[in-house]
Amino acid sequence: MIDFPTRDTQPHRYHGARWNEPLITDLGSPGERGLLPALAGPEMQRSGDRRRHLIRTARTEAPRLPEIGQAQVLRHALRLSQETLGSHLNVDVGQGTCTIKYNPKVNDDLANDAHVARVHPLQPESSVQGLLQIFHELGQFLCAISGLDACSLQPASGSAGIYTNIRMVQAYHHSRGEDHRNVVVTTSFSHPSNAATARAAGYDVHTIVSGPDGYPTVDALRAVLDENCAALMITNPEDIGVFNPHIAEFVELVHEFGGLCIYDQANANALLGITRAADAGFDACQFNLHKTFGAPHFSGGPAAGACLVTRALEPFLPVPVIVRRDDDIYTLDYDRPSSIGKVRPFYGVTGQIVRAYCWILALGDEGLQQVTEGAVLANNYLMHELVKVAGVTAPLAPHGHRLEQVRFSLQGLAERTGVSSADLAVRMADFGFHYWTSHHPYVVPEPATFEPTESYTRAELDQFVDAFRTVAEEASSSPETVLTAPHRVAITRIADDVMNEPDTWAPSMRAYRAKYLGDVRSEPPHWKPFAGMPSPVRNPKAAHR
Amino acid sequence: MLDTRPHPYLPNSTPHAVRDMLDHIGVAGFDDLFIDVPAGLRQTRPFGLPPALRSEADLVRHVRKLLRRNETTDDVLNFCGAGTYLHDVPSVCTEVAGRAEFVSAYAGEPYEDHGKHQALFEYQSVMAELLEMDVVSIPTYDGYQAAGTALRMAARITGRRRAVVLGAVLPDRRSRIGEYVRPALEHLEYLPGELDLSDLRATLDDTCAAVLVELPDAHGLVDVDLSEVAAVAHAAGAIVVVAVDPIALGLLGAPARFGADIVCGDLQSLGNGLHFGGAHAGLLAVHDDPTFVYELPTRLYGIAPTATSGEIGFVDVAYERTSLAARENGVEWIGTASALSGIVAGTFLALHGPSGIAELSTSIFDRTSYAVDRLDALAGFSVRDAHRPHFREFVLHVERPGSTAQGVLDALAADGIFGGVPLSDRDILVCVTETHSQADIDSFATALENS
Repeated sequence: MIDFPTRDTQPHRYHGARWNEPLITDLGSPGERGLLPALAGPEMQRSGDRRRHLIRTARTEAPRLPEIGQAQVLRHALRLSQETLGSHLNVDVGQGTCTIKYNPKVNDDLANDAHVARVHPLQPESSVQGLLQIFHELGQFLCAISGLDACSLQPASGSAGIYTNIRMVQAYHHSRGEDHRNVVVTTSFSHPSNAATARAAGYDVHTIVSGPDGYPTVDALRAVLDENCAALMITNPEDIGVFNPHIAEFVELVHEFGGLCIYDQANANALLGITRAADAGFDACQFNLHKTFGAPHFSGGPAAGACLVTRALEPFLPVPVIVRRDDDIYTLDYDRPSSIGKVRPFYGVTGQIVRAYCWILALGDEGLQQVTEGAVLANNYLMHELVKVAGVTAPLAPHGHRLEQVRFSLQGLAERTGVSSADLAVRMADFGFHYWTSHHPYVVPEPATFEPTESYTRAELDQFVDAFRTVAEEASSSPETVLTAPHRVAITRIADDVMNEPDTWAPSMRAYRAKYLGDVRSEPPHWKPFAGMPSPVRNPKAAHR
Repeated sequence: MLDTRPHPYLPNSTPHAVRDMLDHIGVAGFDDLFIDVPAGLRQTRPFGLPPALRSEADLVRHVRKLLRRNETTDDVLNFCGAGTYLHDVPSVCTEVAGRAEFVSAYAGEPYEDHGKHQALFEYQSVMAELLEMDVVSIPTYDGYQAAGTALRMAARITGRRRAVVLGAVLPDRRSRIGEYVRPALEHLEYLPGELDLSDLRATLDDTCAAVLVELPDAHGLVDVDLSEVAAVAHAAGAIVVVAVDPIALGLLGAPARFGADIVCGDLQSLGNGLHFGGAHAGLLAVHDDPTFVYELPTRLYGIAPTATSGEIGFVDVAYERTSLAARENGVEWIGTASALSGIVAGTFLALHGPSGIAELSTSIFDRTSYAVDRLDALAGFSVRDAHRPHFREFVLHVERPGSTAQGVLDALAADGIFGGVPLSDRDILVCVTETHSQADIDSFATALENS
């Protein structure tokens, strides 16, 4: 008799790949080649020879690139990919605000089809009708999903979309002679990109803080509004998963003062089929195609953003706008005199746009609503389980349910054990999980922000819960295990202080050679500071966690 | 007919799973979970999207049918460039770009995602060697954005509110850079055409934050005297920003050697493919000078020791710069940008090595030069500045009476040639890369004669 394991008898066990892989700059040997470019024939070389000497910045020394055979480069890259825990591999519910859901493989196939991947953006419009139709139809889908009137798929990311929205609002106020509006209002649990893009657009930023229910009161908003308000830029549900039920009043109040309202819908996974940007009266919103709409995150991009606006803001959309003519021909419209201009080369991040289009097609009306229901159900399930762990709470709106994510507080656990949420996060890596604390500043003490999405089964969520519970118990029973983690991944604990000081940081091997190996090199001509320069204001030191 | 089978992407949507989890948390139904959304805001009508294609096979047939309406650059001879360039994509780069772990990773920390961090640090390191600059950031969105950020960095450092842009610049690039720097710079001054140093000297004063030079410029020219430009700019206290396409840097020297303080550019050429203009990524590099490093808005990784002797890890450098750490007090903003395109570019450079990158740049230069000679000799056409060195692009001037650039391009397209990008009624921007054989260029010339 053989005892076959079942999922009840065989616990989830993990050990990360550990190759101790050298840096690529250390691989290979002189003369090795990874690829041989096609050489130009003698006649073409002779043409080159006639002008080569006219280049005034010709290279005189070969660059110090590695010399490595092809299989060795591939093997190196695959070892590094093995030491990476993507969501295709792990139950990636530990990254709140980022909606790490399943990215269907079929959409990769379609996005990498030669009829997408090997098409030039400036070839004749008649030869790209299929792509233009996809862009146009995706724009229409997103108009329906937001309830707004017009779309641009050009922004390269969600944050770029937020920036594009505030720049359109700025152009709108300018067109009405209202350049005095120099203030943007945002909230403390709105994603940092709202505050940051507003500042990048030149605004003063007023951040109103949350009340006991996890969102600011109408009075708090009213207190900062005056005739200088350009816009409200707000995430809702905010990054803690709590929906502000007064959102329509917020919008109405800002409108009374002549400001416009920009909705950061990075968290749209909470609301598909439930409520739309237009329902609360917003003037603009953005979607992150790589979050809500099933496109991958690619280790940090390429991403893709979509801006949706009302008719009043439509004239300011980036050029070109893709339009369908009466004869069903799709064309690029550059003749838009009020446009803010370009926000990215060409038309958008094509691969992500094709993927999002396919994802919406595969789901349809009912599917989108099921996405949100599944995500919210999974989140409430996860919260239900995690708050059973001693010292873990879901503060703010403690009586209610949450939408798609929760910012937990491990304050009780940390005070009892001396082990912080950030320490637990490191230890969770030993169980094959990623775990995120929070954006800065930490408003919720000892934060942990999780977002399970619709993509994981109850059994998978239980794997995460089991690991979390185990690690929380270790914090009491053997805190050293947690504090010296990780133990089962590619590397051991990093001493990261050296990277915060200019004298010791080393952002490349070239920098390392100069700082640590005494590499001496001649100083090239460079800019020098002059008298009367502004003295820079530096932020207090901060680490990623 | 509505397909009501359980959706393959939604494991929790089966009636069994829904009931199981609702019961477990003690909630009667979904409406209870959305109790915070006021009734007045609840969506009452469906979106009206097309019926779902729940079957993957149906989806594939539908989308591929649409896609077949596009022609690919494999079906024709393509000479369009102007910002996106047809270069060979090594198969190893395609594999790296498609690795499931890299594709689906995101914000994993230095432990669970050690490999991703190392791959990005390696991009920084190999690009640093090519550029002879110690600090290369994780890629920003694209080359246009990178140029805009470089100018904003210069404005922040110097406190000055004007910049000068030398040489030819593509209209879309100009639009993007103008849009991006407008909140930070009062004026961008363009000095198009062949550089006159006395013009440059005359326009530089104590209001000028930066001089931006493109190499190659929008017309493919690579003969700017960067050392002279840098000397003049530096004398006026202006920061020298050089925009490069790194694929040219096997032939061209590192701009830093000639006085570049900030180098920006695009990584599309380095193994990232065309993708209808959707495969761009921004390069940003500076010297290891805190004045500059603290102004980078992007993520930046550095090496750090670990608890184990001889082992290294990778962590953020000066994270407090970023908007993730400091909200509106961060530098510009940071979000998801183009990290994997950087990993691909690093792989591309490692595959080529010092000899390969030199051969590749030279091969492109030689082919471009041949095309210039060949097309300049055609009756009815000339190449602008034909005697000057061009890399990858040049301007073909239509002299033939009665012909227009668009007319010529339409005739070529009918012959299966995408002949370039019209710049004006009589000027066409032509792009030649290592993908073009001598025979391809000869065919192009013949088709032009017959157009």
